[in-house]
Amino acid sequence: MSKIAVMGDWDSIYGFSALGLDTFSFDEKNIDDAGRTLRRLSEGDYKVIYVTEALASKIQNEIEHYRTLPSPAIIQIPGISGNTGEGISAVKKSVEQAVGSDIIFGGNS
Amino acid sequence: MAATNVNPTRMELTRLKKKLSTARRGHKLLKDKRDELMRQFLELVRENKALRENVEAGINAANKNFSLAASGMTDAEVRVSFMSPKQEVQLVTDTKNIMSVDVPLYTYTTRTSDPNDIYSYGLAFTSSDLDSAVTSLAGILPDMLKLAEIEKTCQLLAAEIEKTRRRVNALEHVLIPDMETSIKFISMKLDENERSSQTRLMKIKDMMLEDAHQYKEREEENFLQDSRENQ
Repeated sequence: MSKIAVMGDWDSIYGFSALGLDTFSFDEKNIDDAGRTLRRLSEGDYKVIYVTEALASKIQNEIEHYRTLPSPAIIQIPGISGNTGEGISAVKKSVEQAVGSDIIFGGNS
Repeated sequence: MAATNVNPTRMELTRLKKKLSTARRGHKLLKDKRDELMRQFLELVRENKALRENVEAGINAANKNFSLAASGMTDAEVRVSFMSPKQEVQLVTDTKNIMSVDVPLYTYTTRTSDPNDIYSYGLAFTSSDLDSAVTSLAGILPDMLKLAEIEKTCQLLAAEIEKTRRRVNALEHVLIPDMETSIKFISMKLDENERSSQTRLMKIKDMMLEDAHQYKEREEENFLQDSRENQ
């Protein structure tokens, strides 16, 4: 039995706690802990971790590390400040890795 | 390049030929694997894109509701409302095998049987916008989970496709041509050796016949005799 975590700034993620997901909020003060927390959660029994796009851009290296591992699935979601397009560009990256060039998005998103 | 440092022997030739046929078969299999992976991947990635757009729109809509709700309440009130969640989601993971890549399958169960049991606060002191915000977020949770599943699958497949493609290319453009040149080199060398031993044998046979029958001396004698008769 595993769990789902949501990481990001408090305003973006507090709603998820009502649904029963575990939320881990970060602000400017403790943003340095985000990478370490991600590592801790991944080694624990969190199999799915949602990360807001804003936070994900700060811990790009850690997320990249888990990309090809079978678990956890780290999924970027838009935060309260809106959609930065980071999430969809991660999908684009997969396409580029597999096909060699981007054939799904037509290079414009 | 590889042709220069092989032993031109029959044993090596047989070994290389066996290796080449294995490489050809491996190449074909890997190529098939790559094609099938690619087909699955493209299907999934299209679904991934659609689902992501859907989820992003859903989260954005929910976030708007949350902002609206937060504007009617103080920050402290909002924090208190979400302090002790009633619901708990537990994830059951399973794996599915797509062309020898283990991809995750997620199903989730909630702690209480009623999926609408998500309001962790009293309704009296909170804005009704908060309720609709939480409801809208709850509505996209299944999609979010599906997105996690598909996106992870896409990432794993992409890595596998890249690996397979490299292998196919290495076999096709390096290993197989190298072996072909080596085989050609050895068979040419063996042919050459055979020709040289053939000529050597012919020469030796000539010499032995000469020793046995003294053809040359007889010929000379015949020649001398002929010339005498002609005189």
